Amino acid sequence: MDELLKILNRNALETPENIAKMLNVPVSEVKNRIAEYERSGIIRGYQAILNEDQLELDRVTAVIEVKVTPEREGGFNRVSMRISRFPEVQSVYLMSGAYDLLLFVSGKDLKEVALFVSEKLATLDGVLSTSTHFMLKTYKQHGVLMEKETEDERLQVSP
Amino acid sequence: MNDFKSPRDFIADHVRDIPRSGIRDFFDIVSTRKDVISLGIGEPDFDTPWHVRESTVFALERGATHYTSNMGLLELRRALSKYVRKTFNVSYDAEKEILITVGVSEALDIALRALLNPGDEVLYHEPCYVSYRADVIFAHGIPLTVNTRMEDGFRLTRAMLEEKITPRTKLLLLNFPNNPTGAILPEADVREIAEFAKKHNLIVITDEIYAEMTYDGRHVSIASMPGMKERTIFLHGFSKAWAMTGFRLGYACAPAEFTEAMMKVHQYTMLCAPTPSQKAAVEALTNPERDIRLMTAEYEKRRNLLVSAFEGMGIPCSRPAGAFYAFPCIRQFGIGSKDFALRLLDEENVAVVPGSAFGECGEGFVRCAYATSMDNLKEALARISRFVGKLKAKSK
Repeated sequence: MDELLKILNRNALETPENIAKMLNVPVSEVKNRIAEYERSGIIRGYQAILNEDQLELDRVTAVIEVKVTPEREGGFNRVSMRISRFPEVQSVYLMSGAYDLLLFVSGKDLKEVALFVSEKLATLDGVLSTSTHFMLKTYKQHGVLMEKETEDERLQVSP
Repeated sequence: MNDFKSPRDFIADHVRDIPRSGIRDFFDIVSTRKDVISLGIGEPDFDTPWHVRESTVFALERGATHYTSNMGLLELRRALSKYVRKTFNVSYDAEKEILITVGVSEALDIALRALLNPGDEVLYHEPCYVSYRADVIFAHGIPLTVNTRMEDGFRLTRAMLEEKITPRTKLLLLNFPNNPTGAILPEADVREIAEFAKKHNLIVITDEIYAEMTYDGRHVSIASMPGMKERTIFLHGFSKAWAMTGFRLGYACAPAEFTEAMMKVHQYTMLCAPTPSQKAAVEALTNPERDIRLMTAEYEKRRNLLVSAFEGMGIPCSRPAGAFYAFPCIRQFGIGSKDFALRLLDEENVAVVPGSAFGECGEGFVRCAYATSMDNLKEALARISRFVGKLKAKSK
């Protein structure tokens, strides 16, 4: 992957000036490349990584395994897109193995998610079955640990 | 009545006469303070890769708690033989030419003790790692210093060595990439220095602990030069590239006779390197490229940020091509490097190491280690910039 994308992927708030210094290229080049990535859709947005457990939101997230019937010509794409458009659905992945789609769905409480599954998701054409698991605690997401491990234990000065 | 006056009278002259490391003095001051951002740490900020730590725990569970052979685990020596051949382009026999030690520190100590007779001279270059001079003296050798200069990018050249050598010189001690300057030895210089060593019949001890952290150009080991393996003791270890400082694990590669002589000293002083650490090292060598690449890619970005920040502050700094140190020159402020470091600590809570800790010619410089997170680095640079701004305003 482009080093520039690696930097942004780690910290999207890194300024073009700093990125330019790190990569030893002109600032204008960094800005142009970012603009190009945004234009071509490789960069699809910038988000903060939240530790929602700490926010104590009244919210639950479910991981749902879905079996679907692929369509002639459309394959899995059409039904996957239909599912993806629901705002309740955070992420959708096509999987190999015992089921086809893996969804991350959030809602205010268990009941709300259950209703979404039974009324919206399970009733879609092509959806054969669903299996819902509720998430209890997040330890790590997007490569970031949700709790700080230990402080830097190194000596403050060493040879 | 006996003549006991002071314990000091009983301490060997050559030990008593060596001053404490300048780093220790500075450490004592820094450790009394809170919320310091330290650019003074000579070890990686990364944790040891998890697969290495995990397999160490597993090794302990299985009872890897006994001595190993004096030479070290054969499994590890075999893996090292392969790694060294691949990375440094020189072949060592795992059975007879590789000795596992407690860090490169021990390896250097036993190499000097195995080779030096009292009064033999050791050529080495400063600024350098704090222990070289002391280790030579502990081994009853005589250190001969060659000063490298910022104006030359802290390069070491054959001409500089030719100027200092005497008929009593036996060893040449090299450390590239260098702590504290970050300088590397380009291939052309390696060739020239190899010719120099052969011409004067010198043995070379080369501490290449930072080899994997070479950002500009390619690291070339002097051991790989034609005719050099037989007169080189190659030292390397796991502390820097794998972020395993606390495991205390290094190794020496050398022709069998040298290895055997070092092994004698090692056997009677250390017995063997810690067994769990040796197991950890075996795991570290299973997929070294990946672990090392992740860290070095990050160091390189920090290096670039740091160098360009000093440039912006108008502080001369030779661009370090390796290791994780920059060695900017602070002479323009008219204060010594120790003063500079103390005031920076006092006024802005940033720790850097006075260059004088790395030899007399390090005076006028400070060592900044960029083995710290990008956020810390940015904050430290902002504070240094504010500090030198004040110094400049005052001197006007």
